[in-house]
Formats: sequence, C-alpha cells, structure tokens
Amino acid sequence: MATYQEFIQQNEDRDGVRFSWNLWPSSRLEATRLVVPVSCLFTPLKERPDLPPVQYEPVLCSRANCKAVLNPLCQVDFRAKIWACNFCFQRNPFPPSYAGISEVNQPAELMPQFSTIEYIVQRGPTPPLIFLYVVDTCLEEEDLQALKESLQMSLSLLPPNALVGLITFGRMVQVHELSCEGIAKSYVFRGTKDLSSKQIQEMLGLTKAAASGQQGVFVFITRFLQPVHRVDMNLTDLLGELQRDPWPVPQGKRPLRSTGVALSVAVGLLEGTFPNTGARVMLFIGGPPTQGPGMVVGDELKTPIRSWHDIQKDNARHLKKATKYYEAMANRSAVNGHCIDIYACALDQTGLLEMKCLSNLTGGHIVMGDSFNTSLFKQTFQRVFSKDYNGDFRMAFGGVLEVKTSREVKVCGTIGPLSFTGIHHNAQWKVCGINPSTTLALYFEVVNQHNAPVPQGGRGVIQFVTQYQHSNTQRRIRVTTIARNWADAQSQIQHIESSFDQEASAVLMARLGVFRAESEEGPDVLRWLDRQLIRLCQKFGQFNKDDPTSFKLSESLSLYPQFMFHLRRSPFLQVFNNSPDESSYYRHHFVRQDLTQSLIMIQPILYSYSFHGPPEPVLLDSSSILPDRILLMDTFFQLVIYHGETIAQWRKAGYQEMAEYENFKQLLLAPLDDAQEILQTRFPMPRYIDTEHGGSQARFLLSKVNPSQTHNNLYAWGQVLRGAPILTDDVSLQVFMDHLKKLAVSSSA
Amino acid sequence: MNVNQHTPMASPYGQPQPGYGQPGYAPLDGGYPAPYAPYNGPSSAYQPGAPPQGPARGPPTSGAPPISAPQPYNQYSQGDMQNGPPPMTQAPPRPAASQLYNQGAVNLSGPQPSYPQNYGPQPSMQQVTSQMTGMQITSGAPTPTGPGYAPPRSSQHPASTAYSAAPPPSYTQAPPPASSAPTQPPPPSGPAASQQYYGGPPPPSQQPFNSSLPPTSQRQFPSPGLPPSSSQQTFPPSSYSGPPPFSSAPPPPPPSQPHPYQSGPPPIRTQMPPTSMAQSNHLPPGPQGPQCPPGPMQQPPSQPGMQGGYPPQQNGAFGQGRGPQPGYAGPYPGQPNYGAPAPAPAPGPPAQKRLDPDAIPSPIQVIEDDRAKCTEPFNTGVRGQVPPLVTTNFQAKDQGNASPRFVRCTAYNVPCTADMAKQSQVPLAAVIKPLATLPPDETPPYLVDHGEAGPVRCNRCKAYMCPYMQFIEGGRRFQCGFCSCVTEVPPHYFQHLDHTGKRVDCYDRPELSLGSYEFVATVDYCKNNKIPQPPAFIFLIDVSYNAVKSGMVNIVCQELKTLLDYLPRENPEMDSVVRVGFVTYNKVLHFYNVKASLAQPQMLVVSDVSDMFVPLLDGFLVNVNESRLVIESLLDQIPEMFADTRETETVFGPVIQAGLEALKAADCSGKLFVFHTSLPIAEAPGKLKNREDKKLVGTDKEKSLFQPQVGFYNTLAKECVAQGCCVDLFLFPNQYVDVATLGVVPVSTGGSIYKYTYFQAQSDTERFLNDLRRDIQKLVGFDAVMRVRTSTGIRATDFFGSFFMSNTTDVELAGLDCDKAITVEFKHDDKLSEETGALMQCAVLYTSCSGQRRLRVHNMAVNCCSQLADLYRNCETDTIINFFSKYAFRGLLNNPTKAVRDTLINQCAQILACYRKNCASPSSAGQLILPECMKLLPVYLNCVLKSDVLMPGADVSLDDRAYLRQLISGMDVTESHIFFYPRLLPLTKLESGSLPMAVRDSEERLSKGGVYLLETGLHLFLWVGASVQQELLLNIFGTQSFSQIDPSLTSLPVLDNPFSQRLRDIIESFRAQRSRYMKLMVVKQEDKAELIFRHFLVEDKSVSGGASYVDFLCHMHKEIRQLLS
Repeated sequence: MATYQEFIQQNEDRDGVRFSWNLWPSSRLEATRLVVPVSCLFTPLKERPDLPPVQYEPVLCSRANCKAVLNPLCQVDFRAKIWACNFCFQRNPFPPSYAGISEVNQPAELMPQFSTIEYIVQRGPTPPLIFLYVVDTCLEEEDLQALKESLQMSLSLLPPNALVGLITFGRMVQVHELSCEGIAKSYVFRGTKDLSSKQIQEMLGLTKAAASGQQGVFVFITRFLQPVHRVDMNLTDLLGELQRDPWPVPQGKRPLRSTGVALSVAVGLLEGTFPNTGARVMLFIGGPPTQGPGMVVGDELKTPIRSWHDIQKDNARHLKKATKYYEAMANRSAVNGHCIDIYACALDQTGLLEMKCLSNLTGGHIVMGDSFNTSLFKQTFQRVFSKDYNGDFRMAFGGVLEVKTSREVKVCGTIGPLSFTGIHHNAQWKVCGINPSTTLALYFEVVNQHNAPVPQGGRGVIQFVTQYQHSNTQRRIRVTTIARNWADAQSQIQHIESSFDQEASAVLMARLGVFRAESEEGPDVLRWLDRQLIRLCQKFGQFNKDDPTSFKLSESLSLYPQFMFHLRRSPFLQVFNNSPDESSYYRHHFVRQDLTQSLIMIQPILYSYSFHGPPEPVLLDSSSILPDRILLMDTFFQLVIYHGETIAQWRKAGYQEMAEYENFKQLLLAPLDDAQEILQTRFPMPRYIDTEHGGSQARFLLSKVNPSQTHNNLYAWGQVLRGAPILTDDVSLQVFMDHLKKLAVSSSA
Repeated sequence: MNVNQHTPMASPYGQPQPGYGQPGYAPLDGGYPAPYAPYNGPSSAYQPGAPPQGPARGPPTSGAPPISAPQPYNQYSQGDMQNGPPPMTQAPPRPAASQLYNQGAVNLSGPQPSYPQNYGPQPSMQQVTSQMTGMQITSGAPTPTGPGYAPPRSSQHPASTAYSAAPPPSYTQAPPPASSAPTQPPPPSGPAASQQYYGGPPPPSQQPFNSSLPPTSQRQFPSPGLPPSSSQQTFPPSSYSGPPPFSSAPPPPPPSQPHPYQSGPPPIRTQMPPTSMAQSNHLPPGPQGPQCPPGPMQQPPSQPGMQGGYPPQQNGAFGQGRGPQPGYAGPYPGQPNYGAPAPAPAPGPPAQKRLDPDAIPSPIQVIEDDRAKCTEPFNTGVRGQVPPLVTTNFQAKDQGNASPRFVRCTAYNVPCTADMAKQSQVPLAAVIKPLATLPPDETPPYLVDHGEAGPVRCNRCKAYMCPYMQFIEGGRRFQCGFCSCVTEVPPHYFQHLDHTGKRVDCYDRPELSLGSYEFVATVDYCKNNKIPQPPAFIFLIDVSYNAVKSGMVNIVCQELKTLLDYLPRENPEMDSVVRVGFVTYNKVLHFYNVKASLAQPQMLVVSDVSDMFVPLLDGFLVNVNESRLVIESLLDQIPEMFADTRETETVFGPVIQAGLEALKAADCSGKLFVFHTSLPIAEAPGKLKNREDKKLVGTDKEKSLFQPQVGFYNTLAKECVAQGCCVDLFLFPNQYVDVATLGVVPVSTGGSIYKYTYFQAQSDTERFLNDLRRDIQKLVGFDAVMRVRTSTGIRATDFFGSFFMSNTTDVELAGLDCDKAITVEFKHDDKLSEETGALMQCAVLYTSCSGQRRLRVHNMAVNCCSQLADLYRNCETDTIINFFSKYAFRGLLNNPTKAVRDTLINQCAQILACYRKNCASPSSAGQLILPECMKLLPVYLNCVLKSDVLMPGADVSLDDRAYLRQLISGMDVTESHIFFYPRLLPLTKLESGSLPMAVRDSEERLSKGGVYLLETGLHLFLWVGASVQQELLLNIFGTQSFSQIDPSLTSLPVLDNPFSQRLRDIIESFRAQRSRYMKLMVVKQEDKAELIFRHFLVEDKSVSGGASYVDFLCHMHKEIRQLLS
C-alpha cells in the first residue's frame, strides 16, 4: 500500500483536494477532539492537461433536493439501467442516451480515474467575456502614462470578441461611449453622490438595452461595452488622450478621487446590461478614495490615512462606512457573477483594507505596487491575461460551487475568494472569478453524535460541483467526487494520526486564524492558535507528564509546530510594521493560493548557494546566514537574494568580471536564474530584492528567519559564531518549542 | 398754468374744437345750439385752458371752422398746432374694428361698457352729462373743446361736444366733402356693426360697463330713439332727446349722406359714427365734421343724419367707435343737460358734441414741437431743466449732471415736502440706464483713478466724490452734498481752492465737473477681495426634437462660428478676453471639452440632472482664438449629432445650474445664452407643468399666472446673482412654455428674454440672428451692484427692472448691459430745500467685459419747489409712463388686473385733478384742463391700459403677456415710449435726410391710397392701402398690383429707385435704433393680418376692449371731475 504521503499527493494531483485528515472520526465529539477540523483545501479548476472535458451534460440524481452527479462511486445496475445516488440513495434510471451502457461500455464518469470530470454545457447563449476598465486619473503624469500603455497593450491580449468598456474617474466619473465617431462622448457622474443601480442605468440610457437583452439575443452590445476588434483603434486613441484629472488640487490636499462612485457606476452598468454573465471589472487606483460614498480618507493631507493604531483606537472615521459600502457593492457584483480586480499602485495606502472585499467576495485579484511605472505592475498585469496549454485564458467566470456530502457529514464553512449564496439543499457559493490556482478551504462537520457513531467500513463521500464560464465562453461543469473511510477514534487513533496531512492542516488552520484575525484582536488570535497547537500536541504527542524533555511527536506531525511558529510571525497575523492595506493584501492572497504557495507564505523557503555544492534548501534560521553563501529567500511576496559578507566583498571587488573567476560569476548567476524561474510563474509578481550583508534591504531576510541568534543570546550560548545575530526580542523557534513542550506535558494545562 | 396751457393741452382742445366745431357744427349749431348750449358752458371751461392760448383758440373758432375744413385735416390744421394733425381721416376704414372697440371701450358707459364703470359710479347720468356737458360747453361758446369733453362719447363724443361749439361750422363744410367718400366705405362694414352697437350691441358690450349706466343711457336713447336706425336710435335718443333739434339740424347738413346717418347710422356704422352721431350729437360734430368728415364719410352722413348738429358729432364718432359714443352718450346723459346748457353755447358747439380727435392733444404734435424747439445741444448744467423728449434727436453736454441718456426723471422740480408730493400724486422717479450707449458725438464717461486708496468718498453716507461736494477750509475738507457730513480730503487728493471756493483743478477732474464718470475700483471693491477673472460666455443649446426640426440648432451653430469673433471688448484693437463654453441639452446635458490641444472636441454627458454639476474644468471655458479649430469642429458636428434625435423632453433648471456651476468652478462672472424650445417637463429640478388656463384670465386668480409656478427658479436666481451669472434666454416655443416661470432667472439676473413663437428658419432667422448678434456683442458689465444715494429728505424706496435685491438698498445685477434701464422711485422722508435742490447719485460697481472692476457714477440734481405749478411745469410724461407701466406690471403679480388698471386710472386722475385744482386758472368745472407737460398723459396711459399685458385680447397668450411684462420691466424711456405709442409714418413721399412726419396711431389717419410704416419697437409693419398708388407699389415692391404683394415678405425687395432705397434705409435705421431687431411684416389692407396691425393703432378702440383715445379722455375727465367735486 502506498504511504499516505503518496495517497495525498495522488489525490491532490487528480482532484485538487487535500484533507487535513484522510481518515475521518466517526462522531462529532471525536472530530472535535482531533483539534484540527475535518477540512480540505480544494482547487476547483486545477489544471488537468490530461483531463479532456466531455461534450455532454452530467446525469443528475432525480431527487429534487439532491441533484448529485453520477460518479464512479455510485452503484450501478447495468442490467436495469439504474444507478443509485451515493448521497441520498435514490435509484435513478439512466437517461435514454445511456441505453447502450454496460459493464464494458461505461461512460467516463463511472470510471474511477474520472473522480474528477469536466462537462461542457451546450445549452444557452455563450456571452462574450467582458472587461471593464475603471481607471483613476488622479495619477502622476508618469504613472498615468505607464498605466495608459499597459492598458493599450492589454487590448491586444484580449480575445477579439471580448467586450471592453472604459470608465475613468477623478473628481468626476466618466463612462466613455466607445461606438461614436467624431466627438468622443462620455457620460459624467458626480463623484460625491451615491446612485442606485436603476438611476445609473437610466442616466446611461440603458433601460432599453436591458429590455432587449432579456429577449435572449445578443443585443448585449451597448455603447459602453464594445467588442475589442471593433473599437480597438478607437479605444487606443481614447486611452492615449486620457488626461490627468484636470481639477486643481490645492496645496495640502489630496486629489479628489471618486473611487466609490466609479465602482458603483461600473457595477451598475454591468448589472443593467450583463447580469449573470462573466465579467471582470478592473479597477486601477493610484490613491485612496477621498470623496463620496466609500471615501477612506478626507482630502486634507494633514489627516493621514488610518493606521492599525488608529483602527485599534477606533479612530478611523471612515472605515466602517466605507467597508460597508464596498461590501454591499461586492455582494451586488457577486450576485451578478462579476468579479472585481483592484490594481493599486501608490507609495501610501490606497484603502485596500476597505475595498478588499470587492475582490475577496468576487474572486478578483488584488495587486499592490508602488507605481504603475514598475515592472512589478506591468508584468503582473500582463500575467492576468496569461494563457494555458490550450491557449485559453487562465481565468474563468461566474463560478458556482456546490458541495454535496453524504449524510454523515456536512459543510460548516469555507474560506476563500467566494461569496456564500445560501444553502438550498446543499451548500452553494459563488466564485465569480476563478483561476486554476484558486483554492478554497472547506470545513466539515461530522453529523453523527458520539453515541451513534458512523459504522465502521463505510465511507464518507463529498462531491464538488463547479459550474463556470470558461474563458472560451463555454459553460462548463466540473465534478469532483471523493470518499474517505470512517475510523473509530478510540481504537484507530494511530491510523487517524498517520492520516494527518500536516501541510494541509497548517494551511487550513492558518486560514482559520487569518479569518479570525479579520474580526478579532491580534493577540486573541495568537492565543487561540497556541491553544489549538498545545491541544493537538497533547492529543498526539508522546510524553511523560510534566516532563518536557520526554515530549515527542510522530513524523506526520513533526513539522506542524514549526509551521505554527512561522505563522505566528507572519504578516497574516502580525500587523506590526504593516499598514492595514498591506495586511489586507497579504491576507487576500493567502486565502486563495494553493497549498504549496500558502506554505511558502507561512514559512518562506530559503536556498543557499555556495562553492561547496549545489544549491540546497536550508533552515529559515539566522544560522543559515553565512558570509560565503548566497541566499535566495522566497516569501511569495518577495524574492530576496542575499549575498553573504564575503561574497558581497568579492562582488564589489569585481571578481566576477575576471575570466579566472568564472565560477564565481556562475555562482552569482545561479540564484538569479532560479529567481527568474519563480518570477516567470508567480502571480502576482513578487517584489524582487537584490541585497547583501549589511544592506538596508537585508531586513526582508532578517525579519523572516528564525532569530536563533540574537543580541540577547549571542554570547550566552557560548558557541562559535556562525550565522548572523538578529537584533530582535522575538522568541526563537527553540524557545517556542521549549514552551510548547512544557505546556503540552503540563498536567495543569 | 402758463406752461401747461401753453397751448398744448388746453389750447389744443380749445382750438380743435373751434376748428371742428366751426365746420361741422356751425351748421348744426344753429339747430342744436340749444341743446348743446349747456355744453357750451362746459366747453368754455375747456377753453379756459385754451384761451390762454389765444392763438390757438382764435383760430379755432373762427378760423378753424371754415377751415381747413377743406380737408378734414385742415380743420385739424387749426387744431394741428395743438392737436397735431391727425391727418388721416381714414377713420372710415376702421369702422368695423373701431366699432368694436368702441363698444368695448368707450361706449359702454352710456351705452358702452368700458366707461360705464366709470360712469356707472357716477351719479346719475345726468350728473355726468352735466359735467361733461359743462365741460364741453364751457369752451364757451364754442370752443369745441368744451363740448368735446363733455360729449362723452367714447372717443369723440366728449370732444365733440366740446367741439361742437366750434365744430359745427366746420362740419358743415368739411363734412360734405369728405364725408361722402368716407362714409361710404364705412357703411359697408359699419352698418352692421354700428347698428349693433347702437341697437343691440350697446347692451351687450356695453352692458358690462354699462351695467349701471347702460340702462340709463339706453333708456334715454330709446326714448329719443326715434331717430334713425337702432343704433342711432339708441344714441340719438339720449343725445337727441335734447337734440331733436339736431335731427332737424341734420337735415341741413343735408349732404345727402346725412340721411344715411340718421337712419343710416347704419351706413355710417362702419365708422361708428352713426352711433356716435346719435350720441355724437353730443360731441362728435366737432371732430367729425371738420376733419374726418372729410373723409370721412361719416361726417357727411352724420350731417345728414345728425342733421345739423349731429352730423358733426357723428363725425367725431366716426373716427372712434361709435360704440363709445353711445356709451358716452349715456354718461353724458348730460346731453340732456347739454341740451340745457347748450342753449348758451348753442352757438357753434352745441351741435357738435363729439370730440374731434384732432382737437385733443396729439402726441405727434408734441413730439414735433419738441423737435422744433430743440436746436441746440442740451446742457445738463442747469438744475431742474427738463431735457428734450426721447423722440427728439439732440446732443447732450455733460456739465455736471448726468445726461438724459443715462438718467431721466419724472419730475425735474421735486416738491419740497411729502405733503405736496402726496397731494400731486406725481410719481417721483428716475429711469437710469447706467451703461447706456452714447452717440458717437458724445464723450463716454471718463475713467478716473484715485489710486490705491480707492475713490474718495464721504465718510458718512459713502457718496463718491462728485460735483456736489463742497470744498471748505481751503480745500482740506469737503462737505457732502448728500448728507452734509464733513470729510477730510486725503493728502494725495488735496488741491487749493480758487477765490470762488472751487478747486483749482476742478475742470481737470471729471469727478468734480461732470455728471457721469467712472472710477477704477480697487481690490476692496471686488468679491472676496480678489481681482476678478475675465468673464465667460456659455452657450447652452437645446437639441431636442423641436429645436433641431425648427432649424434653430443649425442656425445657432453656424452663426456662432463667426459671431465668436465679435465678443465684447473695450478696446477694439484687442482680442476679447471673454472665454466661451458650450453645452447642449435635452433631457440630459452635454458639455464639451474644446481644449485647444485636442484634435476633436469631447462630449461629456451629464444625466444626473437632479443634482447638476460641471463635469470638467479645463477645456470647458476656452479662449476663442486658441481653440478655434476645435470649436469650429464642434459647431459643425452638433447639428449632425442630433439630426436624428427623438428626444422631445427638455430640462431647464439644470441647464442654468450647469452654467452657474461652470462659472463657479472657473471663479468668474459671465453670461449664459440659453436657446430653449419647450416647457421643461422632464424629471428634474424646476420641472414645470402646463398651467395655461384661459379661464383664469380676468379673474382674481389671474395674477397667479404671472407668478412662477415653482419656487425653484427664485432660489436659483439668487445663486446666479451671487456668482454674477447673467442669463439671456432665447425661446423658440411652439406652445405654452411658461415664460412667467422660465423668465424668473433672466429677469432677476439682469438678462434678457427673446421669444420667437413658432420659429421658422425661413422667416425668423434674420430677426433671431440680429438679436443674437447684438446681444452677444453689446457691452455688458458683470456682477454689478447699484446703489442710489440721495440728499437728505428724499430716499430711493423702490426699484423696477431686471435685477435682484437682497436688501432694500442695493440693486444687484449679475449682468448689466447697455440696454437695460432701472427705474427708481423716490419718496420723501423729510423736507427738501429749494436752495440745495435734490441730489441723487447712482453708483454702479461692476466688472467690465475686460475683467476690470469699475464704478460708474451718475449724478443728478433736480430743483425743489414749493409751488405745485413748478412741479407740473417740469415733468416728463414719457418717464412717468415708463414708471407707471413698470409699477402696474409689477402690481399684476399681486393684484387682479382690473385693480391694477383702476389704480393707474385713479392715480392719473388725481394728478390731473390736483393740477386742475391748484394750478389751473379758474374755469368751469366741466372743462378739462391738462398741464402742458402732461397733456399726453391720458393718451399714453390709455396705451398702457390697453396693452396686451393689462388688457389681453383673446388671441394673446399668457406667455406673450408674461414676456411683455418682463420685457418692459427693463425698458428705458425711449423704448417704452415707442412700445406704448408706436410710430406711424406715411410713406407717400420720402425725402432724403428727413423722415416724413409721423401721424397719429389711428385708423382714421390711414389713407387707402397710401403706404405706412409702423414701428412698435418690437415689430415693423408696412401697411399698404387697398387702393394704393401704383407708383408706390412699383417703387416699393416692384409689382404692379395690390394683389401681387406677397404678405409673407419679411424684407423689401432691393429695387433700384430712390424711393425703395430710402425706404430700406429708413427701415434699417429704425432697426439700428432699437435693442431688438424688428421683423418687417407687410400688411395689406383688409387682409387677415391687418388685425394684428390694427392692434397697434392705439388711439382707436381695441378688439380686446381697450378704449379709444377720445373715449378715454372723456373718461379721465369724468374721473377728474369726480375728484374735484
């Protein structure tokens, strides 16, 4: 039998699913005692080059409140042409088209390797993709120019039949009409006035368009959203002529930026013209909203934008109102299946804290940079339009995720870039924008009470049904069905322990922690995390009471405390030194990336390059910082190349230029190449930092490594100086572990 | 008196009468004498006035009679002097119309309605009559005047009676001739009408008025009725009653026609005469006989009918509505009285009771006399001097008081005390036109710079340095002429005094020697203490379906392309600094970015009309030269873009808000040019509903129709004023647009409204474009505040015009152009002294079109008098009428129309009664004596009362009335004069260099064979008589026959003959004089369009019920007598 390791890997590769426990406790109480809930990370649209979609529609269970999809786990009576739903046990006849079914002639969905299968829905119209640019014009000339160029460039990346629209805003909001010739025409809205969707549509004269749209035909094309191929030139010119917001900005004031209304108009426009159609609103901002609904900060420069300190002191005047405003907007947008991206480039905060829900609830991207005139933005933006091996965009729209469970379990929550649309008979969420890496965390609950545990030998089944609009405009349905064995926690605790997926669990617990951090005070969250960890260690650790030194964890849990240690230090839970916007940004990405990326975010990867051998991963510890090494650290958000003291001196001396030191040159280049590789694939583009010993930017590395050597213990330990001391009062991993052990074994705890 | 009487008033009457009387009456007299006699008595009264005039009178009686009779005019001729030659006897033509009017207007009383009221009140008819009669007769024997008045007839009657005395003679003579011809014409139409009037009609039309009277009168008549036709009967009766004799008389006159009259009033009817005749007996004679007769058929007829006496009357009647006559007759009841009096007067007058139109004060004569008198430049240096009339061409020399072009006062001698002022009831007001354009031969106000400290001012009242400041203590201080406060002279302004106490530099400094000048304002005088930005013009064009279809959009856009080169500038060498911006709109607004750097204009649509804002800043207001290409491209594309529009709804409030917001954003003042077509019914602030309800007209609720239907525009106007945003509104309505509401903002911001109802590109383009050009090019000041300071003892209490006031003293004008006038009323709050006179200083702080902040100061000093006679001797009727009209039109907002009219009549009666009581030399109570300076007051007042605003005809829309009401509120004296008393020029002969002498606005003055040009200030009519000479046709139209004239012509064909050339020149010169382009309408006699034309013959009865001049005069007389008794 394959190890759990292999099983887990296989499951992930095939179904994009990783469970915290791969054996499920048979009662709710037992599940609670496991500390880490039964939960999974699910990547709905995991790229599966080996999975060609089938050209027919799924067969559904006929029970009205079930509607589960026929899957390999169903029992099939080939003779009677009947299948039994493995969720509700309803017996369903096969549809007429399955008349020829037999044991040797099975449809794909019944084959075990198709536990994940994708259907193409042929019915209904296939509306084009829609891209609505919402552009802030209160930018510096240079920034605006760069942004304009990026936007113009993006036109060439869009599918020719995609519809594009342009809204610009500053003090006013302008909706540009794209079809007209001669005079460039735009509709203008006051940036301070909150308008209802109906008002907006009336003012844009969309009432008729909407009416005709309902007739089913593609009258969708309005003056404001036009096929790229038709308005390509026109729009390029229009973008070229975009001017900075002409309203004067008096000294000591911020420019008036009507982001709130601009979004409201964008959402209203799409609502009126393309409800329930995949659409992407791309918001480009160069500063915080400063007027109208959704304003985050006043226009007085002397009043700085809210900081964590202000928020904790309840001193952020606009926070609640703005957040509420953007949430309402996000929900409206989600209802209609439209996703919202935020591209925020500014040195100061731009109000991502308030606006994050726009992307979080609709599956949009958030990209944060210092300026639109940086490669970070330019390449990230370009990558939004990257294509997969089929030449299709790596984006899908209007996803609806339905999770069906066998009766012993139920879904109790999910964390990810989606919005809950209610439980009909099964849990259902909308994920308006999905890409292949979008990963959701789903948490389950075992229904059975302790006194009526799930009988042994059975399997719990979960089916994920994801309907979405593919980027080639097809409607598709992807169905993943998985099953796990039930285990009695009393007798089979060992098995359960070994089925523990500590990576997945770390990420799932981290997501819970981040989720809590959104609404709770930081210390509370840390305390909760610590308690969970201690409980887990108490449950699975081997130790003698009150003897910390006797404490041991099995292999399947051995890494877990370390993940928790780094998670506690991560920017997802620590706001110190981060602005509210940055925290929001980090958290936004954390709750949507797949397991690997999430782990990198929790515990950055550190590679060491030296003359002593090939590059090797080293401990994320200050002891890894050595003079004759080059370090490459990947935190997901940053790529840091750190040259050790000696290397840095050599480099300064220019040895790499000398033919006889070719090897040194190679050494210098090695991390660069590796970094390049990461840069190529990562979205969003990480910040790339090239630094050296003593360099100011070395702080990025120093703040991440485990401070095993600090100014406090440097000499106390009496060791030979190895590595670099970190000037911090943070506890090191060793201290953390010592405490953990102490608490885990403590009988009083 | 002297003054007054001069001749004018009194004399006129007197004279005329003579003239008239003589002619026609003479004969009659014989017979009638007796009846009239009573009148005579009265008439004499009139004469009194006349008498003085020796000359006049003289002529009248004796000379006159015979007279001229020759031609109807002749008779007048005598009168001429006084009355002014009413040449045309044309009366005939009118008949029909006139009749109508008469009824309505005058008659009533007796018979006729209008007066009736008046009459009604009056005691018994008899009383009235007696009065009347008295008056008439007084004239003494003879003097026609007496009679004239007495006669009450609507128009003539009164006069006639008066005249009657004299007239008689004339009649006889005259009548025959003219009459025959004229009569005939009238008959046709007349008959029916006349009859009606007399017979049936009277009741109806009159009834209203008559209410009380009618009956009486009628009754009277009836009895007498014997006479002729029903119509006549009625009248006759009354008059006749006494008259019978007349009847007999008539015979004498015999002209064959007479008969017609008698019986025939019918025949005559056309002209009313008949009726009048009947009644006329009272007065008509005078008038008719003499002059009209002539043509006048009436006379002839009348004579017959009237027989001796009556005929004449009739004549009088002719001209005017018979109707009236009846009415008067009634009133007159007096006739009977007359009868009594008659005896005495009997002589001439008796017979002729009617008032001869020529015998009553003639505006034309007054105008001509003033022209003749004015040979030298008018120096403003003499305090209390009445300037030449507005109709006179003169040169003004500023010698310390503002030129009459800037300031005109109702009175140049102000009563010293409030009591006096109250007693006289003469309004004390000044019509100020602060930025008036001066003719090229007069120097515009000098610009004075007092340096950084700003203009030197009185410490207490803040009056600006002016010639009235008295320097004392060797020049170290000055005493304010207004408040007497002593102020230190600032060191930089110090100058030594000469031996007379004048500053040595007095004549070097405009502010010490001139009445009008400007100061450069310092930053302290600027809004927010910031030097103002150059102003901006914003064009807001309606592009809804109607606007596009009518061609308006296209025309505006095309024209703007060239017009933008003519934006106002102070220095013609320089480019204008005025920036421009463009907006189009229907239900939403489209702003345009026309920044010079753009290849194409950009359109910014704002659909959020509920909360208007300006979508752009940079690129909206641009310099024309810099953005020329973009602007031209825009103006080319606008008509195309909206060519296929289907949008019919428009907004209006947000349009103005948009302009206002744009100016606010640019932090400048400016002017909006709004081109609008329809009632704004789209959902938006300021949305209106159609509330036109003809049923409300004439009720107490009528006033509500003049008030804005929503308060929104008042608030908006206030904001506009605060920003210095002036709004000019060009309306192109096809139906009701609620001018009363839409006009609120333009009127409150010193803007103008132009209205082109049923605009059609083909026929209205020229007028519209000329208006637009002028409106855009004219000099204008922005963000103005006007303050009028006066000597202690008098105070500016009320202001009329297009402006806004947020307190009681400061007149705020967002825009003030060279055509706008503000009328200021003064009241006493203490005594004035005769030595110092009354001083007034009007200071206007404004931003010039080059963006400079200026203060224009006009100083005016008038005398103070302790004698009422001085007051009456130094009045200006045109200005008084300007004041009255504005006062009345504003009163419409809060009072029923009828009450407004009654108030006006009442005040005028009081003015005249006061004169009569305190200034006129003793004379019979029945005599009407008018102050020389005010002798036209009745005729002009009548014009005001008859205006569409106060007495709308059935075809006058509410919009028209509201439009006129608002239009007049900003008029200066020149414009209001021509508006109320249009200029009517006979075009038979045209000499280069001088205009033909105008004739009076009466149908009688039109000759079938002639062509006339009528100018109202808003319209030009070319009236072509039915039997016009072919030569004229050829010269003017290049056509052979009357029927070939195209009535839709709006300009005359360019023909190569001196006549055509000259005529076109005249038309052009007329147009050049007015602030609005006058569209030319060709009216063919008896064509449908003639009704419109007739409306402007203001001495006649109007279709809507307005009294004829004669009738009204009688009515006034009655009112006055009532006051006196």
